[in-house]
Order: sequence, then C-alpha cells, then structure tokens
Amino acid sequence: MSSNSAHYVAPIKADVVVDAVRLGEKPSNLWLDAWRDLRVRPLFWISVALVLLVSVAALFPSLFTSFPPSGQGAADLAKSNAGPEPGHPLGFSFQGYDVWSRLVHGAGISLTVGLLATIIGTVIGVVMGALAAFYGGFLDSLLSRVGDIFFTIPYIVAAIVVMTVVPREFRSVLVLAFAIGGFSWASTARIVRAEVLRVKQSDFVMASIALGLSRFKTMVVHVLPNAMAPVIVVATIGLGQAIVAEATLSFLGVGLPNVVSWGADISQAQASIRTAPMALFWPSLALTLTVLAFVTLGELVRDAVDPKSRAQR
Amino acid sequence: MLAYILRRIVQVIPVFIGATLLIYFMVFGMPGDPIAALFGDKQPSPQLLEQLRERYLLDQPFIVQYLNYLGGILRFDFGTTFSGQSVGEVLARTFPVTLRLAVMAIIISFVLSIVIGGASALLKGTVFDHAMLVIALIFIAVPIFVLAFLAQYFLGVQLQWFKPTVGANNDWGDLWLPAIVLGFSIYAASMRLTRSSMIETLGQDWVRTAYSKGLSRGRVIPVHVLRNSLIPMVTDIATNFGILMVGATVTEGIFNVPGVGNTLFQAIIRHETPTVVSFVTVFVIVYVLVNLLVDLLYGLLDPRIRYVK
Amino acid sequence: MSDMKENPVSGANISEPLLKIRGLKVSFGTGKKAREVVHGVDLDVYPGETVAIVGESGSGKSTTATAVIDLLPGTGKVTGGTIELDGVDLVSAGRREMESIRGREIGYVPQDPMSNLNPVWSIGFQVEEAVRANGLATGRKEVRARAIEVLKQAGLADAERRLHQFPHQFSGGMRQRALIGIGLAADPKLLIADEPTSALDVTVQRVILDHLASLTREKGTSVLFITHDLGLAADRADRIVVMNQGEIVESGPSRLILENPQHPYTQRLVAAAPSLASQRIQAVAEERGVEHIEEVASGAPVIEVRDLVKEYRIRQGGFRSVPFRAVDGVSFQIPKGKTLALVGESGSGKSTVAKMVLQLESVTSGELLIEGTDVSQMSQKDVFALRSRMQPVFQDPYGSLDPLRSIGHLIAEPLRVHGVGDEKARQARVFELLEQVSLPRELAWRYPNELSGGQRQRVAIARALALKPSIVVLDEAVSALDVLVQDQILKLLAELQAELGLTYLFITHDLAVVRVAADLVAVMEKGRIVEQGTVDEIFASPQQAYTQRLLEAIPGASVHMAGH
Repeated sequence: MSSNSAHYVAPIKADVVVDAVRLGEKPSNLWLDAWRDLRVRPLFWISVALVLLVSVAALFPSLFTSFPPSGQGAADLAKSNAGPEPGHPLGFSFQGYDVWSRLVHGAGISLTVGLLATIIGTVIGVVMGALAAFYGGFLDSLLSRVGDIFFTIPYIVAAIVVMTVVPREFRSVLVLAFAIGGFSWASTARIVRAEVLRVKQSDFVMASIALGLSRFKTMVVHVLPNAMAPVIVVATIGLGQAIVAEATLSFLGVGLPNVVSWGADISQAQASIRTAPMALFWPSLALTLTVLAFVTLGELVRDAVDPKSRAQR
Repeated sequence: MLAYILRRIVQVIPVFIGATLLIYFMVFGMPGDPIAALFGDKQPSPQLLEQLRERYLLDQPFIVQYLNYLGGILRFDFGTTFSGQSVGEVLARTFPVTLRLAVMAIIISFVLSIVIGGASALLKGTVFDHAMLVIALIFIAVPIFVLAFLAQYFLGVQLQWFKPTVGANNDWGDLWLPAIVLGFSIYAASMRLTRSSMIETLGQDWVRTAYSKGLSRGRVIPVHVLRNSLIPMVTDIATNFGILMVGATVTEGIFNVPGVGNTLFQAIIRHETPTVVSFVTVFVIVYVLVNLLVDLLYGLLDPRIRYVK
Repeated sequence: MSDMKENPVSGANISEPLLKIRGLKVSFGTGKKAREVVHGVDLDVYPGETVAIVGESGSGKSTTATAVIDLLPGTGKVTGGTIELDGVDLVSAGRREMESIRGREIGYVPQDPMSNLNPVWSIGFQVEEAVRANGLATGRKEVRARAIEVLKQAGLADAERRLHQFPHQFSGGMRQRALIGIGLAADPKLLIADEPTSALDVTVQRVILDHLASLTREKGTSVLFITHDLGLAADRADRIVVMNQGEIVESGPSRLILENPQHPYTQRLVAAAPSLASQRIQAVAEERGVEHIEEVASGAPVIEVRDLVKEYRIRQGGFRSVPFRAVDGVSFQIPKGKTLALVGESGSGKSTVAKMVLQLESVTSGELLIEGTDVSQMSQKDVFALRSRMQPVFQDPYGSLDPLRSIGHLIAEPLRVHGVGDEKARQARVFELLEQVSLPRELAWRYPNELSGGQRQRVAIARALALKPSIVVLDEAVSALDVLVQDQILKLLAELQAELGLTYLFITHDLAVVRVAADLVAVMEKGRIVEQGTVDEIFASPQQAYTQRLLEAIPGASVHMAGH
C-alpha cells in the first residue's frame, strides 16, 4: 500500500455469501419490540401499578374503606377538620366526612368520566381524521374545516359552557363525558390525518389495491393499524387530561352534582387552607398521582414506538 | 407571500362563524326554555328578563337570533353582565391586568422551555435529561388549581416570598406568584416539544454539512438547529394560548387578580350564563386572531411557504 | 482512462501521500452495545489523484470517509488507528483544530442535495458562511463577491440572482452544484465526495461529474470518492479501493482491478455490475436447452398498449387548473414470456404507464389490451379477476410490505382475497412460494422489518406469484438494491420467467440493468416513447439523440470489465 500502483489483495477468509438470512431469536415488529422495551423499565411498572390500584378503587371501593363518603349519617360535624383517628387514617373533611373514604370513592367518578370522554374523543377523532386523509379532496377540506372550528374552542371552555347551560337534573356522567370528548377530538383527528397521509404513500397500499382489495378495506386492514401508534400515545395522555378536566369542572362548581369528586373536595377545602391544609392536600395528591400515572405511561409508550428514538438506542 | 396572507384570512372566516355558531347553538339552540337554561336555579329580576328577551330576540327563529348576536359582536357589543355593566366596559377595565399576567407567564414559560428543552436535547440520555423529563411530567400532571394552591400556601403564606393574593395593587411586580404558577403549568409541554424538535433537527443532514464547512458549534446550533426548530415551536404557541387562557381564568380566580379571567371565573361559579357566553365569545375571537397571527409568523419563518416555486 | 496525475499546480511532493490512513477502526454504540464497523483500514491518497472507495451498503465506505473529516453520525467514534493529512494527525486533533481543518484543508460534498441544504436560509447565505468561516474574505461586499465566484465556478449560471434564492427553488442538479461549490470554496487539498450524484438523473450526473473532474484537475485537488457503482469508479478514479464488511478486500489502479480482479468478492462485484458489454441473463434452465430466448414468440401479445394517454389537472392556486400530460400517446406490445423494459429518467412517465396497466390509475384515452381483451370493456368483476392474472412488485422494499403483518400472512393475502383454497391449502402454497424464491420456511412467522432489502423483495415476488399470474409488472423493483443482491434478484426473476412462462413489464431508469434484464426496450422521455426495439438493436445502433445521450451517460462505458 505504500506505492500507488501496487495491487493489494486481502487474504481470502471465507466464501462470499450474498444476502444471508440472519434472524433474531424471536419475531420482531413494532409492537413486539415496544413491549420488550417497556417491560424492562421500572417506571413502566410503577405507572401500571398505580393505574391498576386506582382502577380497583374505582370498581370496588368497599375493598378499601367501609365508611360511606357522603349521604345520611356519614358526616359528623363535631369532627369537622379533625385529624387522624383509628379507622380514619386521614382525618375528616370540613363537613365531617371521612377523607380517606372520599378519596377512594372519588376515583370512580374520575376514571369513569375520563375513560368515557377519551373513548368518545378518540373514536370521533380517528373516524374524522381517517376519512379526511383517505378520501382526500373535498371531504378532506370539509372535515378539516370542521376540525378547525372545534379546535378553536378549547374543550374545557366548551365543557364549562355546556355544563353551565344544562339544567341540573340532566347533568349526568354521559353528558359530561360528551362535553369533554365531543370537543377534544380535533387534535386527535389532526394526528390521525397526518399519519394516514404518511402511511397512504407506502407501496404496500398500492400493492393491496392491485390485489383487488377495495379502497375502504385497504384503509381499515392495512392503513389504519399502521397509523395507530401516535393515537394510542395521545389517548393515554388524553385520559390523564380528561381526568384533570373533570376535576377542574368540579372545582369550578359545574361538575356533576351529588357525586364524590376530588375536584369538588379541593374546592371546598380551599376556604380553610390556612387552618387545615391537609384536607386540600390529600385529594390533590390522589388527583396528581392518578394523572401522573397515565401521562407517564403515555410518554413511555411514545418513546417505545417512536422509530427515531428507537434507532438511536 | 401576500397570497398566503390573504388565503389564510379568508380561511379563518368560516372557522370564526362556525365557532361562534357552535357556542350560540349550545346555549340557545337546545330544546327547552333558554331563559331557564340561562339561569339554572336562580331567579332573575323581571327587568333583566325583559332585557334579555329583547336582546336575544327570543321570539324570533334561531337563525335570526344568531345573526343578531353576530352583528352585535361585529359592533363590539358583547352584551351586559348581571350587574348591568356592559361587557365591553368590563373588558376594557380588566384587560390590562390580564395582559400583564399573560405576558409575564409567556416569557417565563418560553425561557424555561427553550433553555431546559434545548439543554435536554443536547444532553440527551444523561441524568439531567431524565430528571427534567420527570419534573416536566409532574408539571403536566398537576392540575393548575392544585399548583396554584400549593404555590399560594408554600411560597406565599409559609415562606412569604411573594404576595399570596393580588387584589387592587396589580402592577408588574405584584403579579409574580400567579405568573410563576401560570408559566410553570405551561412550560412542561412546550419543553417536551422543544426537546423533540431540536433532537430531530440535530440529526438532519444539513447540520453535518454546516460542520463540514468549518463552522463552530457556537454557530451551527443557533443558526442551523434552533432557527429550524422554531417552526414547530411557533405553531405550539397557538395551541398553548388556549391553555393559557383557561389557566389564567383559574389563576386569577385563586389569586384574586382583577382581570378578565377572574370576571369569567366569578361568572362561572355564580352560574351567570349570559356573561359566560359573552366572555367565551371574546375568548374565541382572540384565539382565532392569535392562530391567524401564528400562521402568518409561520409563513415568515419558512421560505418554502413564502416563495412557492 | 487517465494515468497518474502530476501535480504542477500545488507542487506537492508526489511521492508522499497526502492522506495516510493506517489501521483505522470505527465503532458505534456505547458500553455493551458497542460494535465495530470498520476493522483496520489502510488507505493512501496521493496529491492530485482521485481514489474511489467502492462497496455495497454496510461496507464501511461512508464511515471511513466521514471518520477522516470527523463527522461520524450518532455514537460513532474512531477506536483505533491513525489518520494523517499532510503529516498532521487528525484523530488526536482537538475540536478547534478540526474546525479549522474542515473547509480549509478538507472539503466535503454529501450525497442528497435536498436534505443537505438548510431550507430556511438562502443559498447565498449558506455559501457566504463557508466563505467567512474559512477566512476567504471579510466585509460584506467582498464576501458576497467571493460567494458569487464560488457559485459561478461550480457551474451555476446567473449566480448573482441565485444567491437570494432558497434551496427548494433550485433543481436537484443545481443544488448539488452549490454543494460542490461550497466544498471547494476554500481550495482544500482533499475533497471527500460521498456518493455525490447518486440522487440525480444519469445525464445530469455525467455533466456534474465532468465538471467536478475539471475543477479538481485544475486546482490539483485530491479526491476521495465514495460510490457503490463500479463503473462510475472506473470512469472517474485513478485507483479503486474495494471494501466489504468493514475491511478492504482489494485495491489498486482502476483498470487493473476491473480487468483482473483477484479477490473473490471483487470478482463477483465486477461480474455482477451491469454494463454495456453485458449479456442478457440467461436462466440456468435454458442452458440445458429448454427454450432459447432468441426465438421470436408467436401468437397474440400478452400486453398491448395503443396511444395510451394520461392527463392530470394541476391546481394553480385560486380555481384555475392546467392540464398536464404525464403520458402522451404511448404504444407497445409485449409477447408472451418476454420482458419489455420501459426506461427513462424521472418525469418520463414510465411509472404512470405501469400504474395504468395495473389498473391503479385510470386511463384518460387510448387502448389497453391484456391477453387480447380491452380493459375498458371489462366489468368490475372482470377487473377483479384480471388482477389475479397480473401482479406488481414495487421499488421500495421497506415500504411494500405491511410492517404489522407476518410474512406468511402477507404472501397468503392474495389467496384469501380471491378465495383460493382453505386455510391448509393456503399455508402449503405459502411454503411452496417461499421455496421458489429461496427463502427458508421459518420466515412465514416473522415480520418484514427482520429482513434485508433483497429478502423483502423476494417476499414481494413470492406474493406476486401467489395467484399464478401470467404477467408481473416490476416497477423499479431492483433499483434500491446493492449490486450483488440486484444480480441475485435478476437471476431469480429470469429463472421464474423460464419456469412459469411469465411476461414482464420492467420499469427502470438504469439502462445498464436493461441490458442484462430485458429482451425489448422502449425509451421514454417526457411522456412519449422516443425509440423502441429489441435490446440488441437499440444498444448496438441507437437512432435517436436522446437514446444516444442516455447510453453515453452510463458509467463505465469505456472500460472492459472481466467476465463480460
């Protein structure tokens, strides 16, 4: 190699094999790999545990407490803002209710509203976004405009208006869920539209149509599943945000009447913040931890399925 | 560029009409007596009832009502509050405080998200990055009213670093606590966006070309990375604005700042629906305008939009 | 082929190499995940000479080059060996030192002109940056004047006006010229050109490389040229270095390497590189005398196209739209068992023709007859049945298979859609097909992202064959593959054609591939067929100027390669 007309030939080691098939031990695709990434992260399991804990509390509150959170005979005004006692680990609220019991029972409302609102918002968003992207043209412009209109009204504001206007007797869980979900679908729709547009350009879509599959079936069978990853991330984080929305509305006094809600408890406790700060602290903690669990889960899944950050690992 | 501006403005009009129509429909278009809906459990005074019937033309068909309402908006007549004041007047009086609060909060949030987001991007994978992620997640998860109370209690009452409530003295220096609360509640999501936008830009081919020319890091990062990351960040401002306004409502309420948000806050708590509707309308108008401005800014920042081939 | 260059310009010491690389090792990843990708490379570049590093993807050629200029991506770093430029050790050079070396001593021209220019700054800004950073001029006026000079030298006409324009307003060739200008702006001693023209059309490629060659000859710049194209290396370089899997397998003067390769890898590379002198790939079966490909097929053509037109309407802002003819009256016939190549540069309309034949785009006017029947007369049901007789294989191996479905599911899909057989029968057919394309059975339970590009294309071919079609439309099916893999796939396609009596419509931009893969060829330009005939005729005596230009632009045209 020291002269430039030399002809160097490396020692021949092995036969030239072209394009050998080299498979990993286990099958791998986007979701399988994401799962393998997630299951080794402790933060993932902590979030999952929290979510499960809150869910169980929501479904079976009697497992956690035997004291009723509200209603007849549950309150003992003499114990207003009193501290912890045996059987009442977190003390009493301003009105004399058991704080721990109210925490446990509050989970139900938060999760129910959160879940319903997210399902409604996601379904509407996915349908609108997918239709706009797959069929394009006029439908796309129309649906995008509609999305813009809903995007312009922040969902909490719209929910406030709806809940203020609806007469008290009609304020049900379903109405509240629709108020939140029915106005938060626009951002999901935008994401879905962008993803479907991206996937649509892939050759496998053309291949599918060349096979004889109808455009609609191609969209449902091949395009949508590949566009779902960011939707799942956003829906998970959105669940957390919907729970916050419910709490905010309760805090403002336009939530659901006659239910145990963390937001309402926080609102009540603010008056005595200087004398009995703990009554404010506990529901705040419960709310924060629950939302944190969902938001963290969403961010972790995002990291696990994002092809760019995966490529760098 | 001019074509782009005009096109954007034209596109905004149907959205504006659609949004106001939607709000109006939610309140007045539902089946049932709108007056009852407006007042819930309260009993309005007869004069007010008469005023409202006149104002909202409740005997007319819905579309006439809406057009009347729209006409009012275009004349800057947003109706009256329960106490009889014109909403326009109330807005004029309370707007400056909210503006101060908003500006302070935006600056705090902006600085935090660029600095922390940028540093996280450059120090990707380090302990700093992970720590900042956890902190951001906490701020995303904690609802703003909880944050407000915590701040009020610890920073205002216990440590006495700031005034726990604001009230009449609401100049720049008095608004620190609510501005911090508002700013911190927004920065977290922005910071994540700045971070991922910068990471993506850092990996772009033109960054490598820039280094190959012999440019130093001190030049490449601001000119070729930050400048390009600005584009998605600017669009983020528009989305943030909605959250900012909702947050301002809650924050002003809790800290007793006599701004626009507080008026809305009081109206919500007291179930004064007409006022709520008026304010929400103004809110939507401002949001539409901010989005338009951001779109125009976006056109300025990205020459691909400015100079279509 | 030019001989050893003298260096009258720089007067540099010709007997000492300008760039000396010894035992270079490069690794990616940290800690447990660290893997070495370059395993001890020795390389010399003498003043004024052009050395080409040739290799397939993953060979380490780009990594070696970017290691020299210290621009390794991600977690890459040099883990062993030395790199000396004019006696200065680059591996141990500090950040500031490298910054001053880049641009001034070593210039860099990257591959993809679109992604390598910052879209938000004007071209002038980016050129002026290079001028200022390398101390070529100071003060606004001088810097601007110098920038204009740089662009002019790079061959950009109207440089003054172009300064204010943005990258997206330039064509691909113009952008690449700008990048070359930037790379050479400070008259560096060494220019590293990393596949500088592979993203461009072949005629544009030729013009730009000619220009680059004259510039470097004039200034006496040494060039380290990275490419996957052996013919290109033969044309443009004095010496060739062949890399495979992170090691140099052979190196020496270009002509020697091509006429007399010694290492088995190089031999295979040279044999597989399609060039003008190649012969049509004959299927193995044919050599046993099954059917001689020279025979003219009798009977009606399987595909017949008459005056095919495709017109789009392009929206022009506001409400106006202008018509655009992507395909403007195309006619050809393909006899049974033969391959017709439709060749042209980007924008020629060849892909659109393929899509019309596949019924993926509607026909604006003209006749399309498949196996004698006019397609426009067919009912929906007939078209559905037609699809089972005609299947595609597309270009992008990374996008033509649904990443969320297993290989077995994907290959069986055509059978499911057309209701062929039951579950068991379909599974058996999947195994049969995998065997036909030489892939192991186990793949049926695996996913596309576990396979390489060539393997995915084989899966795509298997899927295309599932319904036993008579026609396969190959739209740039081998364009994204490495040379050896491409050769493998083309041989597979030839075998399948002989075995199953398939008719191929082969779309490509690469005339050299046409030589080895097709019987008939039609050259397209701007929506029209410029010339068509048998491959032998067209290559031996092209009639039209455009065809001649295309043929001349094929790299390696003048070199006689071993085994051809």
